[in-house]
Amino acid sequence: MHADSPLSGFALALATGAVSIVDLTQTLSPDFPTIVMPPELGQSMPVRIERISHYDAAGPAWYWNNISFGEHTGTHFDAPIHWFTGRDLANNAVDTLPTAHMIAPACVIDCSRESADNGDFRLTRDMVLAWEAMHGQITSGSWVLMRTDWSQRAGAAYANLADDGPHTPGPDAEVMRFLVEERAVLGFGTETIGTDAGQGGHFQPPYPAHHYLHGAGRYGLQCLCNLDQLPPMGAMIVAAPLKIQNGSGSPLRVLALVPSSGR
Amino acid sequence: MTQPLQPPRRKNPLERTRLPLLPPAKRSRRAHDLTRAAAEGRFALHACESCGTYSYPPREACPACLSDRLVLRDAPDGGELLSATKAEVPADNYFRERAPWSVGLVRMDGGPTVLCFLNPRCRPGDLVRLQLRLDRAGQAVFYAFPAGKGQAMSERELSEDPQWRELGADPQHRRILITDGRNPVLMPLVAALHGAGAGEIIIGLSESWKPFAHRDALAAMDKVTIVPLDLTDERSVIDLARDHAAKIEILINTADYLRPGPLGGASSLNAAREAMERLYFGQLRLAEAFAPVMIARGADGDAGAAAWVNLLSIYAQVHDPAYATYSGAQAAAVALSQGLRAELAKGGVRLANVFAGPTDSEWYQTSAQPKVSQSAIAAALVDALKRGMEETYVGDTAKDLHARKQRNPKALERELAAGLEG
Amino acid sequence: MGPGLRGGRKGYDGVVLAAPVTVPYMRFSIESTAWWVGRALAALSQASGIAHQNFDGFSLASFSTAPDTAIGLTQHFGLSPRFVDFIPMGGASGIVSIRHAARAVQAGDADIVACVAADTNHVNSFRHSLENFSRFSQDAVYPYGTGGPNVSFALIAANYMRKYGAARADFGKIAVAQRSNALKNPHALMKKPLSMEQYMNARAIAEPIHLFDCVMPCAGAEAFLVMREETARAEGLPYARLLSAIERHHAFAQDAIQERGGWVQDIDELYAMAGVRPQQIDVLQTYDDYPVISMMQFEDLGFCRKGEGPDFVRQHDLTIGGSFPHNTSGGQLSAGQAGAAGGHLGIVEAVRQVTGRAEGTQVANAKLALASGFGMINYDRGLASGAVILAGNEP
Repeated sequence: MHADSPLSGFALALATGAVSIVDLTQTLSPDFPTIVMPPELGQSMPVRIERISHYDAAGPAWYWNNISFGEHTGTHFDAPIHWFTGRDLANNAVDTLPTAHMIAPACVIDCSRESADNGDFRLTRDMVLAWEAMHGQITSGSWVLMRTDWSQRAGAAYANLADDGPHTPGPDAEVMRFLVEERAVLGFGTETIGTDAGQGGHFQPPYPAHHYLHGAGRYGLQCLCNLDQLPPMGAMIVAAPLKIQNGSGSPLRVLALVPSSGR
Repeated sequence: MTQPLQPPRRKNPLERTRLPLLPPAKRSRRAHDLTRAAAEGRFALHACESCGTYSYPPREACPACLSDRLVLRDAPDGGELLSATKAEVPADNYFRERAPWSVGLVRMDGGPTVLCFLNPRCRPGDLVRLQLRLDRAGQAVFYAFPAGKGQAMSERELSEDPQWRELGADPQHRRILITDGRNPVLMPLVAALHGAGAGEIIIGLSESWKPFAHRDALAAMDKVTIVPLDLTDERSVIDLARDHAAKIEILINTADYLRPGPLGGASSLNAAREAMERLYFGQLRLAEAFAPVMIARGADGDAGAAAWVNLLSIYAQVHDPAYATYSGAQAAAVALSQGLRAELAKGGVRLANVFAGPTDSEWYQTSAQPKVSQSAIAAALVDALKRGMEETYVGDTAKDLHARKQRNPKALERELAAGLEG
Repeated sequence: MGPGLRGGRKGYDGVVLAAPVTVPYMRFSIESTAWWVGRALAALSQASGIAHQNFDGFSLASFSTAPDTAIGLTQHFGLSPRFVDFIPMGGASGIVSIRHAARAVQAGDADIVACVAADTNHVNSFRHSLENFSRFSQDAVYPYGTGGPNVSFALIAANYMRKYGAARADFGKIAVAQRSNALKNPHALMKKPLSMEQYMNARAIAEPIHLFDCVMPCAGAEAFLVMREETARAEGLPYARLLSAIERHHAFAQDAIQERGGWVQDIDELYAMAGVRPQQIDVLQTYDDYPVISMMQFEDLGFCRKGEGPDFVRQHDLTIGGSFPHNTSGGQLSAGQAGAAGGHLGIVEAVRQVTGRAEGTQVANAKLALASGFGMINYDRGLASGAVILAGNEP
């Protein structure tokens, strides 16, 4: 690389550790919880991995698998076309997603203390304003990531299902409208299954994160992890979903570039 | 005299596991009429439609009138024991290693004389009852036991006879895997198996991150273990088999995925695929992981691997348009089960399909009465195991549909298409 | 002898049996059945001095010639018969063979019929023949672990003992006497004496059948020639005249369990055709696959009444020199059961007896012999029964 390349400084930062890479992705595995819909509705296929061969009669020198999954399994990306509010927008599917949006800065709002014992915790506009008072205003084109440490839970505690549905933290309707309309965020990310709260279907409008984000051509990220390793501001997110034809979303590897000084 | 069956001791790891041998399986095509009766748990003989004479052994014409209209007909199951002996040194290895075998000649109330297996309490001159059972080779044989006044034997007493035990898959002391703990039959089934003296009951639970209402109740029970098992996940099935396949003598496959609806319903394709994933591919994954081990353990002691049960729906055989895609997956499961049965038979391990009618569960909510209770299904399943049956129909609706299909499948098809349930 | 015979049935006037031969038995043989047939034909030719090409009739009894039948074997052995018969009928095949051959030579369809019975015995032959014996056996006997006729006869014997008061020792007396006879027959497989104590203490096979109630399957062949009396005279052969013969299959189907054989139905005709009474029979060769069947034959062939078999045995000495010489060669129980040849064994011995050529087993002054056949345990009973009365050529 030429020393005068714009990326030479970046390469040096990576080499020296001035910038580190944090993996925000859960392992894509069959037993990772998926979104639960009422059973009479269509269901997402879970992740399935079936062996083709394993250095055996089916393939003597090689190992490989067939995999299958829904677009919204594991750590995954929601495109605007996912929700009815974004259905008529241009470039609203994962295959037409502007590449410029695949790398963007992140603001991380720490709600881990509030969420620790409260699956029904809601992020509000006031909390975001309080966060801005401390860290500065959210810049347009940023990801807003809601840290709850929910990714440190597993199994039933992670899904946290009750007989009235899941109880997982998420944003209320007002804050989503605020973030989309007044802060022009690129997208909203969570550690839970879904960008909306578990009980978000009872909000007005229902599922406000999906409603406002996708209606404005913005994105969602969910089932993230390691948000506790990110600074409130200063990290860059690399989130490039699979280029699925007219895809509504996709599992993906989400990476955060984090300056050492920011940790 | 016989002794109550004791719980099997732990195996001596230095001794070779006894390999399964089978009794002679060759039969004439006519003789397989009796196989059919035994598979369904009926006592039936060939009867002449012209003169009514019962005949045995199976013939091609009535010895009384030479009519060739010989049909399988339910027959009186009583008889008198004419003579009895014990085969001490049979020529066939299967019998030799289990000798002596009690056999006798019984004059059946229906007329013919039958050479049959004999409960050792029977004495010449005794009145006996006969049953048609499937032996370890899956072929029909007769078994006689005392039925005179004051001689009647309980099921438990019968099970003390090793010959009797070869003719069924009694859950007593056997370790059992229930593959899908989320099937609503679970709790009645566990209770019925406990009642039958089952050994450890292992319950597979998919998506353990989802609520499971019976977790606490099961945890409080003796000899019940919940294990992760997702029949739609190859690795999950294989992993369970690695730990447990060699410790399971009866596998009860309770996989199900009922989504009623005709063709073209909302997301019927996805529902159909999921039903296939569970009912067909689920059984296939289980078969690949568990069957080889069960086959190898078919003669592993008094309580070796004995049976595989698929809990299915009557719609596996009667393809009601109101359950169009479900019927397809159910039928696929039956088709697969015949291949699996042939494999399991190599080890003398039975495969039974239990066909239940609509139940009192949520997915049959709008289905017309009569419905069958989960406890009735559990009882029928355990009964089928004890009697070594291959198929049984549970509930009035299942029996009705089965009988109508036997009578005239086209009439049934038209009536179901017109929405006439009965 | 026509009067009294059903339907004007013709006698066997002028029909004789000659050249009785035995190919010495072996417990197991690696030879095929065709080898044993070949040895029997050679023995017949040697004993009669007639070249085998001149046997214009060939009657073969065997269970194990597959894939060949008698016709295929004519080419195998260079025969060119104008009468051929194939009789896979076990213990009845000897009697059946005689009846067919007798009528053929009587009518001139053939002049010299070679009646051959042979079966080999490989180490696995017994099991194979059990598995494939009959359809009823395949469907309704073999699957019960009963492994051949042992169990069938155990059930028959147990019933007979209970009903008629026979004891094991009664059966033992029959078996012990036959062993004594066998020791005088160089062809017999059993060479050691058998005591009543050994008989009683033998291991159970299927109660009440114990080891010495059972025949020993083996390889072997028995054969004789059937011809007209003038042929035998022309060839200079000693012969036995065929006085009468009966045959019956699946008799008394109404009997729930077998207590009698089909002889009962035809026995009067047997003696009427021969013009003799039972008391005149000098030597009896019964079909003895189990002693209980021989005891039944003492009754069914008219030597005592039904149920008197046990007493009859107790009152008689059944050895060669005894009051009732029976199965003088040792019978199948002591000579061995060479498959279908078991049905010819008693006939061959009877011909030897009445022609005075039985050597060590000869009964003094034996003029009249009765030989019987029985067999085909198709399901729960022996289906076939038959008998012949033979007379020496100088009665």
